[in-house]
Amino acid sequence: MSKHVLSLLVEDKPGLLTRVAGLFARRGFNIESLAVGTSEIEGLSRITAVVTVEGAPLEQVTKQLNKLINVIKIVELEPDQAVQRDHMLIKVRTDASTRSQVLEAVTLFRARVIDVVSDALIIEVTGDTAKCQAFIKVLEPFGIKELVQSGILAMGRGSKSITEKVLK
Amino acid sequence: MTNEILTGAQAIIRSLELLGVEDIFGLPGGAILPTYDPLMDSKKIRHILVRHEQGAGHAAEGYASASGKLGVCIATSGPGATNLVTAIADAHMDSVPLLAITGQVGSKLIGTDAFQEADIVGITMPITKHSFLVTRAEEIPETLAAAVLIATTGRPGPVLVDVTKDAQNTPVPFIWPPKVDLPGYKPVTKPHGKQIQAAAEMILDSKRPVLYVGGGIIRARANAELAELAKIIGAPVVTTLMARGAFPDSNPQNLGMPGMHGTVPAVTALQKSDLLITLGARFDDRVTGDVKSFAVGAKVIHVDIDPAEIGKIRFADVPIVGDAKEVLGELNAELKGRKPEIAEWWSFLNGLKERYPLGYTAADDGKLSPQHVIERIGALSGPEAVYAAGVGQHQMWSAQFIKYERPNSWLNSGGAGTMGYSVPAAMGAKVSQPDRLVWAIDGDGCFQMTNQELATCAINNIPIKVAIINNSSLGMVRQWQTLFYNKRYSNTDLHTGTDALMIPDFVKLAEAYGCLGIRVEKEEDIDKAIKLAIETNDRPVVIDFIVSRDSMVWPMVAAGVSNDEVQYARDAAPIWDGEE
Repeated sequence: MSKHVLSLLVEDKPGLLTRVAGLFARRGFNIESLAVGTSEIEGLSRITAVVTVEGAPLEQVTKQLNKLINVIKIVELEPDQAVQRDHMLIKVRTDASTRSQVLEAVTLFRARVIDVVSDALIIEVTGDTAKCQAFIKVLEPFGIKELVQSGILAMGRGSKSITEKVLK
Repeated sequence: MTNEILTGAQAIIRSLELLGVEDIFGLPGGAILPTYDPLMDSKKIRHILVRHEQGAGHAAEGYASASGKLGVCIATSGPGATNLVTAIADAHMDSVPLLAITGQVGSKLIGTDAFQEADIVGITMPITKHSFLVTRAEEIPETLAAAVLIATTGRPGPVLVDVTKDAQNTPVPFIWPPKVDLPGYKPVTKPHGKQIQAAAEMILDSKRPVLYVGGGIIRARANAELAELAKIIGAPVVTTLMARGAFPDSNPQNLGMPGMHGTVPAVTALQKSDLLITLGARFDDRVTGDVKSFAVGAKVIHVDIDPAEIGKIRFADVPIVGDAKEVLGELNAELKGRKPEIAEWWSFLNGLKERYPLGYTAADDGKLSPQHVIERIGALSGPEAVYAAGVGQHQMWSAQFIKYERPNSWLNSGGAGTMGYSVPAAMGAKVSQPDRLVWAIDGDGCFQMTNQELATCAINNIPIKVAIINNSSLGMVRQWQTLFYNKRYSNTDLHTGTDALMIPDFVKLAEAYGCLGIRVEKEEDIDKAIKLAIETNDRPVVIDFIVSRDSMVWPMVAAGVSNDEVQYARDAAPIWDGEE
């Protein structure tokens, strides 16, 4: 089992996400996370997909994705040559006695408090997966009431862009 | 310059005309009604009204497979569209260039569970090369142009265009030629020069090469280049179920079909090979048997226009992505007439050919031998005819016992295994090849799935010939029950034989459809009936050949078993490691 981060440049067409997700399902590829959004170019979107590959080699995954007419380009982002970020919102139970300890953890992890009520905080954290997981561990004893996270966002390091050569 | 104002429906017809479409198979209904109106006035497009949309789909496939051109079918929304699904899936598996146009409910009604609404784009996503939902009339010309481009180029396949009723009704300026913008679609046709060199070297170094030829050679129209390559290197050729006719059967280098029901020489050649020169084939499980033990000593050159086929099942030592015609052209040039030394290989293979020719044991229950019937159809009709089979025993016998000499003469449902393919596919083939003799070789099971298209054939003067290989049962399933289920014949008896209930009586059925119906029960009547069918062209012909239900397809490699275990006939395995 190996984990890979794929970055897809796709046409922003109706049903695109269904096509991508459906392909993963019917070819038996495991998808761990998926993040979709518009790119810097109008009409084009970026998908960051984290896939775990068991039997089928990654090459087969990318080749099948490439067959989708609306997929323009796929690159695999190697961990050491790309930045990867998770984005999470965490609702933590707090009271007068625990609030300061939670705030300390927030400072340590360079997270942010974005909503406060008397018995809870909503905290926003970004970072690589390891950092975010560590942060969750620290918060768990206080009581995590709710957690939402985006799929991983990733981008190759350096000045090059995946969209560069694509558009004539 | 002002552009002509056309409704979306008129734009559909005009676009199809401008894209060169001449024949369409379809059936109208509510959501596609607007398009059927201007279709009535088209002088360039002939529309053939089918009796079931599945028939339209398979007819379009047969049309495409017999001619190499695009096949077009059309249906209404909801059930009309879902009835096309089987044919679309079939075209997807066998890389048939197919354009399916469906009507859709009005764009404001989409998602409301409107009458005859079905999300056909969603339903067909996994079985199309691409699909489009068109909700604006302006998008019609470019969408149809893009659909035809996608369906017919690269690895061909089915494309669905779903057009809402309001898009068909809206008048807009008609702009032609449209701008087709597909930034994500760039099929590679020209092979990499280095790979060609590597392939040539590997061929010249090989001692036991085999040209493993798939349907891609036919789709790429690369049979002349294949013949040239075979001539240069002198290697044996095996033609898969999808590639029958890609290389002439009369050429002694052709060992026949490999796979589950392949010839012993073809199966063994692949198993014992040291180099598989794989051309437009995809290592289907029906060819490889158990993959782990398939051709273990062979290196692989894999030529395919679809990069995803390369390495999907079997590692390729030399992968070549490209159009087979271009690849083989360059490979032939690169070889410069050089060839590997393979005399020893041929003496082994010739021994197999001698000891294990294709054959059959005649039926001993007083019924006709199905293999003999099919052999006679082929012999009397010749290589210029077109043969479309259904799926099952009769399909395998048709692949084995008819001698194919040219591409596009053998049509069948190879990948999907769709029972009911034959009659509508033969109808489509006859429409695209009106001057050829077109046979539907069908089983009594398959025939009952789509025979209503005989009405279409009779009314539209499409005189196909149907040979029902009537063993009164779902023969291939029965064969497996005989071999693997202790002769427990669960639900395979169809009662169509003359000594059964004979429901239906195929001769009466044929006559009811305005066809000539003939029943053949005696061997001496076989040739007479076939000749009468060939001579009868004022209506379709149906011959009900009453054959033995105990005839089985041999050779056979059981499912999931190593090809080393090929059975020449029941309880008769070939011996190839013994003294030569």
